[in-house]
Amino acid sequence: MIPAAFDYVRPASVAEAVAALGEHGDEAKLLAGGHSLLPLMKLRLASPGVVVDLGRIPDLRGVRDDGDVLAIGAMTTHQAVVADPLVREHVPLLAHTTAMVGDPQVRNRGTLGGALAHGDAAGDLPAVAQVLEAEMVLEGPSGRRTVAAADFFVDYLTTAVGEDEVLVEVRVPKYGAGWGYRYEKFNRVAQAWAIVGVAAMVRRENGTVAEARVGLTNMGTVPYRARATEGALAGAPADATTLATAAEAADQGTDPPSDLNAQADYRRHLARVLTRRALEAASGA
Amino acid sequence: MPDIDVRINGIRYQDHVEPRLLLVHYLRDRLGLTGTNVGCDTSNCGACTVLVDGTGAKSCTMLAVQADGTEITTIQGLAGGEGAGAPEDWHPLQKAFNAEHGLQCGYCTPGMIMSSVDLLQRNPDPTEDEIRHGLEGNLCRCTGYQNIVKAVQAAAGELRAAGAPGAVVGGQS
Ligand SMILES: Cc1cc2nc3c(=O)[nH]c(=O)nc-3n(C[C@H](O)[C@H](O)[C@H](O)COP(=O)(O)OP(=O)(O)OC[C@H]3O[C@@H](n4cnc5c(N)ncnc54)[C@H](O)[C@@H]3O)c2cc1C
Ligand code: FES
Ligand code: FES
Repeated sequence: MIPAAFDYVRPASVAEAVAALGEHGDEAKLLAGGHSLLPLMKLRLASPGVVVDLGRIPDLRGVRDDGDVLAIGAMTTHQAVVADPLVREHVPLLAHTTAMVGDPQVRNRGTLGGALAHGDAAGDLPAVAQVLEAEMVLEGPSGRRTVAAADFFVDYLTTAVGEDEVLVEVRVPKYGAGWGYRYEKFNRVAQAWAIVGVAAMVRRENGTVAEARVGLTNMGTVPYRARATEGALAGAPADATTLATAAEAADQGTDPPSDLNAQADYRRHLARVLTRRALEAASGA
Repeated sequence: MPDIDVRINGIRYQDHVEPRLLLVHYLRDRLGLTGTNVGCDTSNCGACTVLVDGTGAKSCTMLAVQADGTEITTIQGLAGGEGAGAPEDWHPLQKAFNAEHGLQCGYCTPGMIMSSVDLLQRNPDPTEDEIRHGLEGNLCRCTGYQNIVKAVQAAAGELRAAGAPGAVVGGQS
């Protein structure tokens, strides 16, 4: 399979990339790791007239310690995220989940920014960005703006990134040792994509749950937070019965798809079961 | 057409390529390096895996222009010398896949071996579980994987005994 013909530009800076987007309008598509875009182009489901390759902009790669926050360049590969000592120390949920994305070759090329900007409902990292309450920094012709994860994922394969904008950085708060975490992923062995995935973070205080966060992968067109479950746990005892009861509400307010992998009602069942498991692991119950 | 300047199996190539040319087609059709196979062509099977700056990449999911400025190793560059080389010059993974019967039809083998090189560079002493997970991006329809795992274990032992990290080229990310 061969993509339709396109012109190729490789800007050396974010400003040049933004200028290229401005010049070519909706003809242009940014290329990051290419592990979502190139398969779509080979199937001719996407046929951009101009491909703007972000691969040679050094500023977009790497993890920076910025006080209470880690600033992760959009072009940082999944593998670099998994191996990064700052990520492992301060945001272990991100390293833990990213290690489950695809396979080693996919992680060598695919990027954090690409995975978020693509906004795939079956992608693992959007739900993780939700529970981490990450912020996305976007650069466009009139400068930079910051969008919270809660406002970033708009619809199926649609994010807040404007046509003339580049996602440059993902800002993630540091989480102290008081937080437990877990990503539970249910997938077929030969296909890494989650049928359903659940990201959980729990902060315990004196045997109770001070705060619980739950994010859901592939339970609708966007990654949801399981707000009913989170609410039921605030201040509750961190025991298995309480967690299991709260997990029963995990699929409330979701809109899971039916496809060849699973029917909607089965996805709801998975969301409840995986939420219970993720909460148990994250709270050490 | 953009220019690319790339080192492949130790040889430098400066070329004009169409932007849509996939790396695997550049290797196979332009350079005749047909040791690298196309299996699924949908980014799943890993038969097309090569090392780009030392790390495994599916060359069907990369444009040739993205390889500009990089150093690439294909299965044909692993033994070091010209072509496949004599059996005694093979890389320890090539020897081990042969000795342990880590293949039947052999179609997946070039990709399996290149992914195994990447795996052993990162983790010179992997457990069975780590080998199976490390080769998740490579599918085999024939062997049931058992002898592939054995081959990687054997080669890992060989490389450790030789004191080599299994490295082919640098640039580990
Ligand atoms: C075999 C296979 C298995 C996979 N399994 C999983 C999995 O289990 N879980 C999972 O989460 N993902 C999986 N993926 C997807 C993988 O994580 C992709 O790398 C990721 O979704 C996209 O990142 P990328 O860097 O490759 O982006 P690209 O494919 O280059 O780009 C994707 C989209 O995002 C846009 N974009 C990219 N970067 C930016 C930016 N900085 N600013 C604005 N827009 C941008 C592009 O224009 C494009 O529309 C898999 C992919 C493959 C091929
Ligand atoms: S041919 Fe490239 S992954 Fe199958
Ligand atoms: S040996 Fe035939 S596909 Fe692996």
